[in-house]
Amino acid sequence: MSTESIKMNNWHESARSFRVATWLGWQIESNWTEPFLFMIYAIARPVASALILVFMYMVIAQGGMGHPLFAYIYLGNAFYIYVASVMIGISWTVTDDREHYGILKYIYAAPIQVYFYLLGRGVAKTLTATVAVVITLAFGMLVLRIPYDFLAMNHALFWATFFLGLGALALMGILLAGVALITARHSGFIGEAVAGALYLFCGAVFPLDVLPQPLQYIGLSLPLTYWLEGLRRAVLRESISPLLAPISNEIILVILLGATLVLGLASLGFYRWCEHRAKEKGLIDMQTMY
Amino acid sequence: MKNFRRDLNIFLRTVRGRSYPRLIGMQREKSWIFFDTFLPLLATTAYVFIYRALNAPPEFTGFVVLGGAMTAYWLNVLWSMATQLYWEKETGNLSLYLIAPTSRMAILLGMALGGMAATTLRAVTVLLLGSLLFDVTFSVENWGALLLVFVLTLVALYGLGMIFASLFLLWGREAWHLAQLFQEPVFLISGFYFPVRNLGFWVSIGASIIPITFGLDAMRQLLYPQAQWGFLDVNIEIAVLALLSVLFLVLAHRMLLWMETLARREGRLTVRGQ
Repeated sequence: MSTESIKMNNWHESARSFRVATWLGWQIESNWTEPFLFMIYAIARPVASALILVFMYMVIAQGGMGHPLFAYIYLGNAFYIYVASVMIGISWTVTDDREHYGILKYIYAAPIQVYFYLLGRGVAKTLTATVAVVITLAFGMLVLRIPYDFLAMNHALFWATFFLGLGALALMGILLAGVALITARHSGFIGEAVAGALYLFCGAVFPLDVLPQPLQYIGLSLPLTYWLEGLRRAVLRESISPLLAPISNEIILVILLGATLVLGLASLGFYRWCEHRAKEKGLIDMQTMY
Repeated sequence: MKNFRRDLNIFLRTVRGRSYPRLIGMQREKSWIFFDTFLPLLATTAYVFIYRALNAPPEFTGFVVLGGAMTAYWLNVLWSMATQLYWEKETGNLSLYLIAPTSRMAILLGMALGGMAATTLRAVTVLLLGSLLFDVTFSVENWGALLLVFVLTLVALYGLGMIFASLFLLWGREAWHLAQLFQEPVFLISGFYFPVRNLGFWVSIGASIIPITFGLDAMRQLLYPQAQWGFLDVNIEIAVLALLSVLFLVLAHRMLLWMETLARREGRLTVRGQ
């Protein structure tokens, strides 16, 4: 077989792994119950999280839902649903397949590109998260009367930021999946810890300026800070963070693009290394009774 | 009399035996202590900064820190009580429990006591670290009432966990999803991060079925007597918590017997990987 046809075969195998994993992920996500209960499940958690913020705000501000700070907090929280879903979802796939279903060894034995398989599983998580994000935003607009105008937003900035950030999240998920592959009993905690730290440091629910200065530097070094800032600027047409306001939209996109490329390369290299190590140490079918 | 003594002995040994791994497991996997403390602290910190962004009065920082500490108990009840029999089924231990000559209630009680002790360490750590980091001060005037509220909250809460454990015995994959479903919505309706009375009278009354709702409200009233954010009088909340404690323990016993019979009849006790 020529080098050209081997490359072609790899490409087909990657595309097929991605497609089938997306389908499988969707089945696992949704077929455990009736569609109605599934919808409640998909909606209840994110809407409850949003409502916690709403009540916290209402207790202090006594109304004033039209205030820019509230719109800022609510929007950040809504899009943060993707972080928890996509990033933790991809990394949890390793633990779930290895220990719960016991199929990871069979996946490795099959003609599948596991890197793309994991990305495909992430697509199913993205779909579920999208439903939750849309409902959370609709709830904000229709019930809480938050003045978001998605028709008049900066579409170019929004979509470019949105897809770059989503890609970065999926790649961070692969990095965590690599860690999960070579870690016993902590894989669940790792995703939660990273998502929790990002929630705090990237200003998901408050302007970064509120943090003490050393923590602001951590926030400024995270791509998700720029993702949320870009989305907020696109929808709200302004930045209410004095710390981030001087950074132009173009620079935000360049930072996101650079971060996504670096994460892409890092995730490829790191996941391969983790895979090699897991095979060497016999961790692919590890059972830790998590 | 002899039989009673023997049964009591087996009951107590089972309680001790089942609480042992909860306490010792924590020592063996020390990093879990770090994660179990660190994760609630991260969320708590984020909520503190939200209140700071809103220029909220300082007592709200205390409300959040206390709520953050109590999340440890709710998560423990969900993931280490409610879903426990489901995990045991998945790992193949459940059938061993069922053939053991002991009371299922003793097994659940052991899990509850072990979980309570282990979680208290985490909750206290979150409370101390949160208080130190954010300069939180409490002004307790009635330590006795505070201790009573805390104990009653835990008894009722773990009683509820035992009821859930029986329910989850019947479920497959949905147990996992439903446990997740009970996280944020309960944080919302029980007022973990804001005074519950802001949800309105009837929602707050409805939410009182989860013992943490009144437990947290009463503790906040006792820790901040001057704040005036309470929902009902502390004495009424104590009475409700006492009632829930008894009710949930009795219900848990009945539910466990009923669900076990049902699960046996439907052949669900040994089904794995659903």
